[in-house]
Amino acid sequence: MLSPQSLLLIDREVAKYPADQKQSAVMAALRIAQAEKRWLAPETIEFVAKYLGMPTMAAYEVASFYNMYDLQPVGAHKITVCTNLPCALSGGSEAAEYLKTKLGIDFNETTPDGRFTLKEGECMGACGDAPVLLHNNHKMCCRMTREEIDGLIEELSK
Amino acid sequence: MSEHKLILADLDGDRSWRLADYAQRRGYEALKKIVAEKIAPDDIIATLKTANLRGRGGAGFPTGLKWSFMPKAYTGPKYVVCNSDEGEPGTFKDRDILRYNPHAVIEGMIIAGYTMGCVAGYNYIHGEIFEVYERFEAALDEARAAGLLGRNILGSDFSFELFAHHGYGAYVCGEETGLLESLEGKKGQPRFKPPFPASFGLYGKPTTINNTETFASVPFILRMGGETFLNLGKPNNGGTKIFSVSGHVNRPGNYEVQLGTPFAELLEMAGGMRGGRRLKAVIPGGSSAPVLSGELMMELTMDYDAIAKAGSMLGSGAVIVMDETTCMVKALERLSYFYFEESCGQCTPCREGTGWLYRMMRRLEHGEGRAEDLDLLDNVAENIMGRTICALGDAAAMPVRGFLKHYRDEFAYHIEHKRCLVPVELQREGSRIYVRQD
Repeated sequence: MLSPQSLLLIDREVAKYPADQKQSAVMAALRIAQAEKRWLAPETIEFVAKYLGMPTMAAYEVASFYNMYDLQPVGAHKITVCTNLPCALSGGSEAAEYLKTKLGIDFNETTPDGRFTLKEGECMGACGDAPVLLHNNHKMCCRMTREEIDGLIEELSK
Repeated sequence: MSEHKLILADLDGDRSWRLADYAQRRGYEALKKIVAEKIAPDDIIATLKTANLRGRGGAGFPTGLKWSFMPKAYTGPKYVVCNSDEGEPGTFKDRDILRYNPHAVIEGMIIAGYTMGCVAGYNYIHGEIFEVYERFEAALDEARAAGLLGRNILGSDFSFELFAHHGYGAYVCGEETGLLESLEGKKGQPRFKPPFPASFGLYGKPTTINNTETFASVPFILRMGGETFLNLGKPNNGGTKIFSVSGHVNRPGNYEVQLGTPFAELLEMAGGMRGGRRLKAVIPGGSSAPVLSGELMMELTMDYDAIAKAGSMLGSGAVIVMDETTCMVKALERLSYFYFEESCGQCTPCREGTGWLYRMMRRLEHGEGRAEDLDLLDNVAENIMGRTICALGDAAAMPVRGFLKHYRDEFAYHIEHKRCLVPVELQREGSRIYVRQD
């Protein structure tokens, strides 16, 4: 269900916690599973739960509680824009509007070619570098002017 | 006055995070001395108390006192946890500490482990900063390879393990018991207190949780002595503090200054007001702290007591600066949406109240406010305050009360005229994309 590489990564996470507390690794395991599968289908969550020896529902509770897990399919490139107040004062909302126009989609939508999904994010803890975007959860793009956004989208479109 | 850097001193983007670089900055000296001289844990706690180090995450609780709460006679495992789940809008200091000076945090946590007799520690890192999490893991690898972590640290009989745990997007996990639940692999819903973490924490074991900046301060305090650290700040507000300055300034960023530094000087360090516009309002301690007027802020010093006396709080040191182009109704609407979005749903007053506040703010901002809404906003906020398990409820209510207290006229104008006092074009001009040029 998950690749040997992913399982190796999950095992490394499990080793961080006491032997009887494997469930502590569920957040990391779901993150690793999502990185491989792009989103968390019910069977993926079930697999992770069984792998860690915890009830499927408990893993589902975690997957549905934290914002960065995707329980629905997303595009190849998920772009999350922070529009919270400190960012908005330095153009976070303008950056979001620019992206919407450029990609022709609204928040929580995916381009017809399946390449881009746009999300509105909450505070990413980088307000001094506004506007801030997150690419596929793990790469933060800071001080994103219109030109920088153009460059990013162009690169990801290749 | 200028910056007075301890934690942020001599850092750069590429090398300062490495162990060798940290050692050149006298890193791990404090730990080595403690281990070599077998310094008594009570002496370490006494030094922190003298230093008057107060929790840098938001609550400002005295760190030495917190460490003294851990049961000494307990024979099972005890834990130390670092709260790097930095998600309070306006706060971005821990990210810089972790990516430029991670070993200061690691050293502080090892010393905490030694002082409180803990077997292991976890650093819970905010979900959106995955690259920083990876760097912290690399720093941990360096520390392990150097014998600073693991069994028999530096040849002593003290053993301590330290790991990083990556969050995945939930503001409420910045609340310490929500964080513990999350560390246990559950939804991050805060626990009812008491029992406090010092008696029932991670996996039900005694646990102490401190903020990243708090741990990072510890090695500096032990090297310079409690008295010297205290004197950097002012009585009851020891040391330096990192302020994250965001919003309408020329140079948004982190500034480490002595506690008690006038706000006017901090603003100057941040390059002053963008475009020379007039300062309208400041949220001095992260989005949960009540907003204060620009005039009032210009009279205040940046320390726990001065900001509290003015009716707000220093919180995490997140200073959100707003100029005259800012619509206060729109600002509060955005913050209200945040708390509504992030409420964990456990307590009815917060779950229902944050939605109610947001819906009212939304209609006010969109010219559909009703005459009775201002009193109702006050009423709902008041009825959330103090009626929830954790502080997220209060955090949602306090901005509402602060904005209404200082800018009630502006809210009333929205209701009466169905539009904003600040022309829309001016608002747009003020919130254009702006990045500092260095």
